[in-house]
Amino acid sequence: MPAPEQRRIIFKHIDEPGYTPDIDCYVRNGGYEVLKKSVQRKPEEIVDEVKKSGLRGRGGAGFPCGVKWSLLDRKSGKPIYLVVNADESEPGTFKDRYIIHQDPHQLIEGIMITCFANNVKQAYIYIRGEFPEGARILERAIAEARARNFAGPNILGTGYSCEIYVHRGAGAYICGEETGLIESLEGKRPYPRIKPPYFPAVLGLYMCPTIVNNVETLCHVKYIADVGGQAFSQIGTPNNTGTRIFCVSGHVKRPGYYEFETGKITLGQLLNEVCGGPLPGRKFKAVIPGGSSAKVLKFGERFKGKRKAGAEMVDYDWALEDVPMDFDSLAMIGSMGGSGGVIVMDDSVNMVDALANINAFYAHESCGQCTPCREGSLWMKKISNRMVHGDARTEDGALLKSVADQIAGRTICAFGEACSWPTQSFIQKFGDEFKAYPDAKKQPKRDGTLELV
Amino acid sequence: MDLKPETFARIEEVITHYPTKRSAVLPLLHLIQEDAGYISDSAMEWVAQKLELQPINVYEVVTFYPMFRRKPIGRRHIKVCRTLSCALMGGYRTCEEFKKEFNTGLNQISPDGEVTIEFVECLASCGTAPVVMVDDVLHEKVDCAKAREIAAQIKRKAEGQKG
Repeated sequence: MPAPEQRRIIFKHIDEPGYTPDIDCYVRNGGYEVLKKSVQRKPEEIVDEVKKSGLRGRGGAGFPCGVKWSLLDRKSGKPIYLVVNADESEPGTFKDRYIIHQDPHQLIEGIMITCFANNVKQAYIYIRGEFPEGARILERAIAEARARNFAGPNILGTGYSCEIYVHRGAGAYICGEETGLIESLEGKRPYPRIKPPYFPAVLGLYMCPTIVNNVETLCHVKYIADVGGQAFSQIGTPNNTGTRIFCVSGHVKRPGYYEFETGKITLGQLLNEVCGGPLPGRKFKAVIPGGSSAKVLKFGERFKGKRKAGAEMVDYDWALEDVPMDFDSLAMIGSMGGSGGVIVMDDSVNMVDALANINAFYAHESCGQCTPCREGSLWMKKISNRMVHGDARTEDGALLKSVADQIAGRTICAFGEACSWPTQSFIQKFGDEFKAYPDAKKQPKRDGTLELV
Repeated sequence: MDLKPETFARIEEVITHYPTKRSAVLPLLHLIQEDAGYISDSAMEWVAQKLELQPINVYEVVTFYPMFRRKPIGRRHIKVCRTLSCALMGGYRTCEEFKKEFNTGLNQISPDGEVTIEFVECLASCGTAPVVMVDDVLHEKVDCAKAREIAAQIKRKAEGQKG
């Protein structure tokens, strides 16, 4: 079956010739009309539209956005904050970068609608430190929006006021974790908080109720406020509504970003047709479908079981290429849709080298708060690095797995899972390659083999 | 503190963004580092005093976040992405090429004082790997040839400034 056409909702204007990030261009293209419409409605109506839409968060966890909003403690009498997670730091993910740099007002409009719907008077955009230009663009966009009364005091004459400030991170991956991000915004080390009791919806920024939403999610909110929750829920597939932006990187002919209705495209269509297939003379070997912490998948694998199709349960028997790229299908086959970052590896890659690269990342980024993660991520890095650069032993795969198995579930935040899933899945799927590594190392490297760690 | 008048003005302004002064630690450190090139011990003490904190509260932040540095670096900062997607497309080679061009190792000032090369984690531009940031500017698809071009540009600019 040929791949469906892209459906660009969030990326509608990305790379459009002549489209600029200033407010005039945005307004010329119908910008801020949805905000004008929204502030005439009751805030609860907008929350209801988002609930009806079935929108799931685009940052990684896929948590329903409307549910997140409805968990807010609205009775505490404390101010409610919105924190926009623009920390985009999951390796393999690069969608928010383009929204921020090319279409910042789409985000600002989504933020203002979200703030209005949830009675938020103060929003912060937490942007990763490595986007200095993005931070400047957003600051300019906020000033423009303020000058036209789309943000700031008495928005559009409604009596409702809300400010937005940009807050820059400083190079720490853990700040993408929502409670770590909040700690960072409070001026501290970004040590994630334990839940319960520190659910942001109740005890978030400054111990006040807080919504933390991803950049792309808020752009979807703008679209939902425009077309309505019902119409949005018709896009994509049930429980996986709307569009999804896939960020494809690694060994394909045409890496890049592609927006499709969620669940309407399979992994095979995405990689073989949309991205042009493997590089000349190579074969696909493995793919990480949702950012580097998602479990790796192996080409040649088959997945069988029963799945829900409407009200019925049906059998499925999929090759990896047949798997629809939605949250539920990827979870069913033991991985995740995560942040939409699809990293492709071909047969030039030795999986031990690839894992060693990933392990170096997680060892560098562990915040150090919980012992299993701080020590475990470091030892996984040391072991895999020794395999590549020092002596490799056939039993090292099992050793790595034994370390990983002692981290997940024993830490305050999900970083514990994020750092152990790659090791666990690489060894589960490519265990033979780990056993054979000591011998493989002695063989001459084939042409085009790159150093990965 | 020896900073430009506009840096002081921006410091005063940014503190007003937050209900608690402590939240301004990261913005202040960014502003100081952009102005002074690095964060000295006396700068940390100054920030602590400014925000009514203990110096340890600033020190623990500076030592945690990779982007803050406590020593000066070369005039230009080259950050090569090390993480998987870039490595799969030759990021390690790109990094080696820069080291060779400037005759230097990682995290040190090159002999000509021109650059400091850092091998950083994911810069979130994996679709155009390998990527490199020179100061605030992102360069995409930087293979060895492009790395040499960028190095030549930096060197030409340095020559121009001397002459």
